[in-house]
Amino acid sequence: MLKPEHQATGAGEAGLKAPRFRYLKPHSLAEALDMLGGNASGARLLAGGQSLVPALNMRLLEPEALIDINGLGELTGITERQGALRLGALTRHAELISSPLVARYAPLLAKAAPFIAHAAIRNRGTLGGSLAHADPAAELPACAVALDAEIEIAGRQGSRRVRARDFFTGIYQTALQPGEILAAIEIPFSPPGRRNVFLELARRQGDYALCGLAFAAEIKDGTIAAARAVYFGVGAKPVEAGKAAAMLEGQTPRAAPDAACAALAAELAPLGDFNASPVMKRHLAQVLLRRALAQLGAP
Amino acid sequence: MSGGTVSIRLSINGESVTREVEPRLNLVDFLRDELGLTGTRWSCEHGVCGACTVLIDGALARGCLVFAAQLDGSRVETIEGLSRSGVLADLQAAFQLHNAVQCGFCSAGMLLSAETLLRENRAPSRADIRHYLSGNYCRCTGYHAIIDAVEEVAKSRAAKGPSRKEGAP
Repeated sequence: MLKPEHQATGAGEAGLKAPRFRYLKPHSLAEALDMLGGNASGARLLAGGQSLVPALNMRLLEPEALIDINGLGELTGITERQGALRLGALTRHAELISSPLVARYAPLLAKAAPFIAHAAIRNRGTLGGSLAHADPAAELPACAVALDAEIEIAGRQGSRRVRARDFFTGIYQTALQPGEILAAIEIPFSPPGRRNVFLELARRQGDYALCGLAFAAEIKDGTIAAARAVYFGVGAKPVEAGKAAAMLEGQTPRAAPDAACAALAAELAPLGDFNASPVMKRHLAQVLLRRALAQLGAP
Repeated sequence: MSGGTVSIRLSINGESVTREVEPRLNLVDFLRDELGLTGTRWSCEHGVCGACTVLIDGALARGCLVFAAQLDGSRVETIEGLSRSGVLADLQAAFQLHNAVQCGFCSAGMLLSAETLLRENRAPSRADIRHYLSGNYCRCTGYHAIIDAVEEVAKSRAAKGPSRKEGAP
């Protein structure tokens, strides 16, 4: 059924095609770091490729080489260790939905992943890729901050750790230095009484968020002992609404959220985008906080 | 790797294929231009439209966002393989019956996504179907006919019970 010879279909050079690059396939993390260090000016890491390849096809990037890190054992796997869940950078979004360990120890990720694009994208896109790409409207960076994750970064001089809230520094900007590779993230086990809510508003299923909320609260004796509300799609990076969260502490989830919403409106300074103005985003953020509290209050 | 090309050996619809490819060659162009498998379409080429949907190691993927060079040792299935195996026959018939195919450009991707949905969820609601197919654009039908077709096949497969032989070749 396959045609034995080349058969042109008229596509030629039309359309959006990636620029030429050298394809490098390391067999270990150390080899990948060497390749990256040796090509610091022009190499990019290829993981899931679901954001990188569109950028290549649109010629927003023209790296000299792509280093295909898929299959590297050091970057793969979901394991429990010492009170934390460790997720290798190559964990696919689809695995966040199907993994029993994620469901048990970091259920917020399992709630968030279905909002990422579509099944075909989730099968290939990676957790590490999403965090390193740091799209301000992406789901997983906000979850990493809400869960107080630690980012494990590998370099030729050894590895280092950065708290998620310090990792994201701006639009597509992170604490990653040239030559470094995001290896894994570690999430402290969800404490007893933790409730997680993930909410997102988008024009269509699978679109980037107009406004989204990763919300985690510890409930003790029916009241909110601690809360963390992290918004995405409203700023240059995940935005932690600390003042609104502080207003919730000591309250029951069913208590009127007006004071928290007022604090939220005062502390958020959303950036507008093609789809929504800052005013609209500030409104949507409050809507999501009310919905999150309603979910917490539900039996 | 030699001369800037990458040597790959992979399974395409059950047949073993060995080729030297340029790194920048994406899977869709590889299928269409190298192998003559033109059922997989290219359209937006940045992962939005779903026209290039294929199965890689059994999982849905966007052909335009994968380079052929990455697929050494992989198993790729396309509309040609699934169609030939007969696994899609009821979906294809329902698409025809419901006029869910107009220009046909999206159909290969729609069928692969619909088949995967029905393997994962034997009794999807209309909302489930809409949700799952939201990554596949159709610019002709307005989608209703496609939802109708997939819903009908879900019901008819469920009525036939769990004995239905599943899976691609």
